Amino acid sequence: MSELDVAAQVLELVRAAAGGAEAEVSVDRSVLALTRFATSHIHQNVADDTTSVRLRLHLAGRTASGTTTVTDPAGLRGLVERTVAAARLSPADPGWPGLAPPAPVREQTWDEATAHATPAERAERVRDFVAAAEGMQTAGYCRTVRWTGAFANSAGHCATGRTASAALDGIARRPGADGVARLLAGRLSEVDGVVLGARAAAKAAAGADPVELPPGHYEVVMEPNAVSDLLNNLALFGFNGRLVTQRRSFAEPGADQFDPSLTLLDDPVLTAPYDSEGTPKRTIPLVEAGRTVAVAHDRRSGAEAGSASTGHAPPDGPSSWGAIPLDMALAPGDPDAPPAAEVAGPVVDSSAAELVAKVSRGLLVTDLWYTRVLDERTLAVTGLTRNGVWLIEDGVVTRPVQNFRFTQSYPRALAPGAVLGVGATAARVPDNWALGGYLAPALHLASWHFTGGASG
Amino acid sequence: MSEFDTAARAVQAALDAGARYADVRIMHRRTESMSARNGEIEDVGQYESAGVGVRALVGSGWGFFAVPDLSETAARAAGARAAEIAAASARVPGPAADLVPVAASTGSWASECAVDPLAVPLSTKGDLLVHATKAMVDGGADVAEGSYAVWDTAKWFVSSEGHRIDQRIRECGADIAATAVGEGETQRRSHAQYGTQGWELIEAQNLLERAPRLADEARALLTAPLCPAGETSLILGGEQLALQIHESVGHAIELDRILGWEAAFAGTSWLDLSRLGDLRYGSELMNITIDPTIPGALGSFGFDDEGTPARSRDAVREGIWVGVLAGRDSAAVAGLDYGGSVRSDGWARLPMVRMTNVGLEPGPHTLEEIIAGTDDGVYMETNRSWSIDDRRLNFQFGCEIGYEVKNGRLGRMLRNPTYTGIGPRFWQSMDMLSNEIVAWGTPNCGKGQPGQIGHTGHPAAPARFRNVRVGVRA
Repeated sequence: MSELDVAAQVLELVRAAAGGAEAEVSVDRSVLALTRFATSHIHQNVADDTTSVRLRLHLAGRTASGTTTVTDPAGLRGLVERTVAAARLSPADPGWPGLAPPAPVREQTWDEATAHATPAERAERVRDFVAAAEGMQTAGYCRTVRWTGAFANSAGHCATGRTASAALDGIARRPGADGVARLLAGRLSEVDGVVLGARAAAKAAAGADPVELPPGHYEVVMEPNAVSDLLNNLALFGFNGRLVTQRRSFAEPGADQFDPSLTLLDDPVLTAPYDSEGTPKRTIPLVEAGRTVAVAHDRRSGAEAGSASTGHAPPDGPSSWGAIPLDMALAPGDPDAPPAAEVAGPVVDSSAAELVAKVSRGLLVTDLWYTRVLDERTLAVTGLTRNGVWLIEDGVVTRPVQNFRFTQSYPRALAPGAVLGVGATAARVPDNWALGGYLAPALHLASWHFTGGASG
Repeated sequence: MSEFDTAARAVQAALDAGARYADVRIMHRRTESMSARNGEIEDVGQYESAGVGVRALVGSGWGFFAVPDLSETAARAAGARAAEIAAASARVPGPAADLVPVAASTGSWASECAVDPLAVPLSTKGDLLVHATKAMVDGGADVAEGSYAVWDTAKWFVSSEGHRIDQRIRECGADIAATAVGEGETQRRSHAQYGTQGWELIEAQNLLERAPRLADEARALLTAPLCPAGETSLILGGEQLALQIHESVGHAIELDRILGWEAAFAGTSWLDLSRLGDLRYGSELMNITIDPTIPGALGSFGFDDEGTPARSRDAVREGIWVGVLAGRDSAAVAGLDYGGSVRSDGWARLPMVRMTNVGLEPGPHTLEEIIAGTDDGVYMETNRSWSIDDRRLNFQFGCEIGYEVKNGRLGRMLRNPTYTGIGPRFWQSMDMLSNEIVAWGTPNCGKGQPGQIGHTGHPAAPARFRNVRVGVRA
């Protein structure tokens, strides 16, 4: 039975059990396979093939939702009975935003070979990564994902979708120095373990014997992995329409809040083509040449804001997290630039190297880690650097530096005049908790506030 | 066919496909959650998840496969698939894999539950959240949020060594938060508690009584002075100390991190196994146990997800590091003789080393005595942000609220209090510890790839630490 058949069957069961209910059904089948390695061998090699069915219904002014992985007839009946019963017992929901109307959805990236990749094919990428590190200890994963899904609601909207992706995320390690390389792609064939392993090893090799520098404000070049953390926090706490309505976000549509060199999109390429309310996803500009132009909404937050859903109900269904743009893409500095080339040394690629060459004194930052928001409204974030920091002097990387702790308002670091350069090309970086990722160029920023060093 | 029989078929299929060891977890979990904002229910959800996860060892390679289908056919296929994946691991082989011995247990265990949380009417639960959030709005909160969550998990474990164990673990908890929005910043006060208990745990939190005070404090924080920066004596409330234990002790003593198995994501540990038994972790007041047997604490169980019976073990004794959180495979690599701390986030995930209940034994003081004995310092309460490096050494934690401590008394309220330090240096500075232990529950511990969410417990009490850097450097 297809995902769409299951969705239709659940809607039929709802009609029989509660004829007047407004109902929406999502059926998601995800085949997630992850070949994980550490101490240079495969130590956790996992896969699961999971179908889940989510039902949300609004009945007599009350709303409830239910999910099950039990998709036999009894399981689906149980889902409907429980959810109908929950709706009848639930408190009133005066803010119910109604169902998504019928609308077409777009096709997503699909590669048959990636969708059906074998454990052996993933292991080959791991083997190449390990070999390219030339004896350094390595750790990471190679992942493939196949998602197929269907959505149907009682307002007559139905949609199907499919997408597949692959990712490799690994580190090479020397005593006291780790180097990282990551790539998210629509095709497993684009994931080259040799290139990524060599890139990670080059960083680790260049990171030996780091010096400790004093805390303070430094000019920085943030590589794409570090920039992806900026995008993640901007998505969760900045362009989240619910937080904007509650005045808990800095984002203010119509205001020039960012440097004019920045254009930020939400651009779903490797994730579902519709959100959990069935609203089609599309490419949405959030920032155009520094001006905030939109924030993300699901149907409820959109209604509260006097706006419409932008297709950003979370994958597991609307929740108190709000509406989050999960496919953030920061436009590269030169859309016509050829792909970035590998370069010698610790800099990730030629695109970032062009930014490094313009720094008279500053830091090259590979990656950020364990970032947490100190204040939502200013998006002041604390966290640490990871996987390599280097001092840049007169446009040249001169020596490795020990990791820093920082406390920095992200919007302030990206404010008008604060961005000194945007990498000509952008890299696709996998997210650790979602199946998508971020498109991020390197950034040259005028100031980043490091508040402590390795010694505390 | 019983769940045990289905699991046994999956084990046999893995063995038939070449595995030299296999184990199977069948789990059936029902989850319920509800959230409210500003006096209105926002979301009511009920979730059911059931499936079978098979772990197989072929040569020195592990494989895992899971599917949400409890039929015999699906279970057999999952067993064979796990062995196939394990065989592929040999393409990048490691050292010989082994398991420390565990007696093949057959047994049952259930957590204590006085009031079945799934049997409490949704309308009753909804009323609680509506009234609590409304009370916070009335008390001055701009955004008042409340939620509860219930997990009811039945699981069956079978291994090729002869384990046949079933458990039923019921967990629940609630969280209320008041946010006040000022010019350019927000302030928040909250209360949360989770445990392996029934609805009685939530009733005991007295959310309706707490709500107005939380809102009042959030509003007052908007105009409170900033926490000054500098080195001072720091007194932490018990809930914040629970988080401190979780991040700077619990994760640091995870053996998979120490061995480098989590190096790429969660990170490693500053601890070196060669120092187990003689490394000074903290002051002599620091006694930390790993104890999954504490009734009602969120990290409690009867058997871990490798079939090892729950038992209490020392992690730090009088300040000396003496124990780790381990699984059967990691313990074998490390030359230790115990596992017992392996769990999975449902049937679809590989079991891995997780905290159970990791917490402090009581000290000799009370919070009142600690404050009275402090001439100059800061008292902080309730975590607001947490960040720590990938070796679990360099941390910065922010709390929701702080107070000056002057001449043995609490003084002015302070906003945006943070403190930072290096784990062992911080723990060695602990010179007063209260006896007012509460086992705080952490329901959102992330680890592993694919990501898993763990439920952990942390017995903790207020304590004082000397010469701690507070505030943020200008």
